[in-house]
Amino acid sequence: MKQLLLGDEAIALGAINAGLSGVYAYPGTPSTEITEFIQNNKVAQERGIHSRWCTNEKTAMEAALGMSYAGKRALVCMKHVGMNVCADAFVNSAITGVNGGLIVLAADDPSMHSSQNEQDSRFYGKFALIPIFEPSNQQEAYDMVASAFELSESMKVPVLLRIVTRLAHSRAAVEVGELNGQNPLNPSTDQWVLLPGIARKKYVDLLGKQAEFVKASEASSYNKKEGARGKEQGATMGIIACGIAYNYVKENVSDKADILKVSQYPLSPEVIKAFAAEHDTILVVEDGQPVVEETIAGMIGADYPIKGRLTGDLPRTGELTPDCVAKALGLPAGPAFENAKNLAGRPPQLCQGCGHRDVYTALNQVLAEYPDYRVFGDIGCYTLGALPPFKSLSSCVDMGASITMAKGAADAGLFPAVAIIGDSTFTHSGMTGLLDAVNDKSNITVVISDNLTTGMTGGQDSAGTNKFEAICLGLGVEPEHVRVVVPLPKNMPEITRILKEEIEYNGVSVIIPRRECIQTAARHAREKRK
Amino acid sequence: MKKDIILCGVGGQGILSIATIIGEAATEAGINLKQAEVHGMSQRGGDVQSNLRLSTENIYSDLIPQGGADVVISMEPMESLRYLPYLSKTGTIVTSSKPFVNIPNYPDEAALMAELDSMPSVVKLDIESVAKDTGNVRGANMVLLGMAAPFIEILTVEQLRKAISVIFARKGDAIVEANLKAFDAGVAASKQ
Repeated sequence: MKQLLLGDEAIALGAINAGLSGVYAYPGTPSTEITEFIQNNKVAQERGIHSRWCTNEKTAMEAALGMSYAGKRALVCMKHVGMNVCADAFVNSAITGVNGGLIVLAADDPSMHSSQNEQDSRFYGKFALIPIFEPSNQQEAYDMVASAFELSESMKVPVLLRIVTRLAHSRAAVEVGELNGQNPLNPSTDQWVLLPGIARKKYVDLLGKQAEFVKASEASSYNKKEGARGKEQGATMGIIACGIAYNYVKENVSDKADILKVSQYPLSPEVIKAFAAEHDTILVVEDGQPVVEETIAGMIGADYPIKGRLTGDLPRTGELTPDCVAKALGLPAGPAFENAKNLAGRPPQLCQGCGHRDVYTALNQVLAEYPDYRVFGDIGCYTLGALPPFKSLSSCVDMGASITMAKGAADAGLFPAVAIIGDSTFTHSGMTGLLDAVNDKSNITVVISDNLTTGMTGGQDSAGTNKFEAICLGLGVEPEHVRVVVPLPKNMPEITRILKEEIEYNGVSVIIPRRECIQTAARHAREKRK
Repeated sequence: MKKDIILCGVGGQGILSIATIIGEAATEAGINLKQAEVHGMSQRGGDVQSNLRLSTENIYSDLIPQGGADVVISMEPMESLRYLPYLSKTGTIVTSSKPFVNIPNYPDEAALMAELDSMPSVVKLDIESVAKDTGNVRGANMVLLGMAAPFIEILTVEQLRKAISVIFARKGDAIVEANLKAFDAGVAASKQ
């Protein structure tokens, strides 16, 4: 049966049908819909497949590894920068190996549609020395989940499934297979204690598997050679098309073009060398960073002409488009209209009536009295406070960095040093930084703007809801310096008074403006009416 | 046969509902479809777009090439101009004529309309007023879909009507009827 599915949904359904027992994730665009699909799926509910949101990507990765240890199939999903958060557990999971199949899904965001960078998760797969799958379309995304679980269980390693925004958030018809059974509980009896003596041996084991991973890539039905005329027949250029890049190439070339489609890694040096020998030049088309372009240079020699993102034949930054790929293929641009003249940018903005607006109004009003203040921001809807009309923020770097950067700046003598962080981001990665600040008695003011949800990704449950005062007190913030306010225009005199008092306090203070996100409040009201 | 469509507007205007209905109609008709959406941060009052590709042949790229869109369907006039480089030289713009001004530097309205009118093929209408006239103030996106329906060609007006009934069925007959009425008003306006 065919179903119209987002790439994310195809992966979710593929996982359920492959006998998944648990998905572990923290919301992050463009990966969020995978977990949401599983949460709302009837079969998943009947089977009791774990799908509750995790506090961050590290806790998600570790819980998924634990489920794999117990013998069951687990999926851990995140946006690309989540790989940085879980990297310790991720890299070491390749050393421990797995028991039940374990898929690590990384959704990359080239062009940074909703992100701070465009790092390519294939580097992480290479770094951890594990196989990588990279689907070119929604059907492959569905099919690859089962293949990846099988490979993971047969090779006893985690497998990385790498997608990009355009696959995650694009819909197409997918032929859906049948529902398979789940693994029984069957805890591992292998050695997973990575003491140096054991880890050294297991690392050698992992290196020993590399040749098998290459063999699996060579035998993979997801990798194929098309056209295959070679230079003798006039095909002087060979095209290596990775993952979704295959579509942009096929959009532009005839069926006769010589294409090496790559959707499963590691690359086979033999296949690459043979492809190079059949042609005079190779064009590497890959979405993200030039991972394959760099890798094959080491296989076929620095003198062999390789074109791609490093040579400028394709743009060094941003996602691929059918247009930039056409240009790299030497095809002329078709007729098109120029850009319009009467056009202005329309950046996203905080919703009218959002509590974050009241927080920034109050902060700006109070801080205007200080000559050298800085507000360190964090990741969420409230990052939009950096834009007009508020222009309140001086930084936004990574999850939780607001508190620790404010602390470092305060250590250097900056005053006032203010951190603003959302409730979900605080439990994701802000709590440990707050403990550092408490232990150092740093002179910082932390605003936890609590809207009772993970707003930016669409209103998922937030791990710390109803626990923030207790968390702050538990971490050692003095009770008289944990203040709760309701961010509404009518409360402005009280909010500004409290902000002023706490900025003036020489130590750690936490102010929690708390009012539900207006989007989730509206949704909850609709659900209540039903 | 292929039809490449860019749906656009401002976050929250309901372009994804239009995409869902066209998607349902295409699936029912056995036509291949790819639809790239925008999720996440850009939904917060910023510009949003969706690339919708329909074809009787295999579709590769999720994105429409420049100069390739047969129709730009827009909930907002300035937003329809944002995608001009993607519009085919023989393509049509179907748009709401009423600006949604939530930025301080919105262009001069007369100049904007003049530029829009200078395009070879444009259909524009105050879809909110039409929706209101049909008694369905929230049906502006269905009016727009109705206006665009004759240009989608690869799907018939009747197939789109049926898809509206299917998609809104779980919300009850009254909602289905209200949306069909808005859609029909759009179709009628498009023919004028």
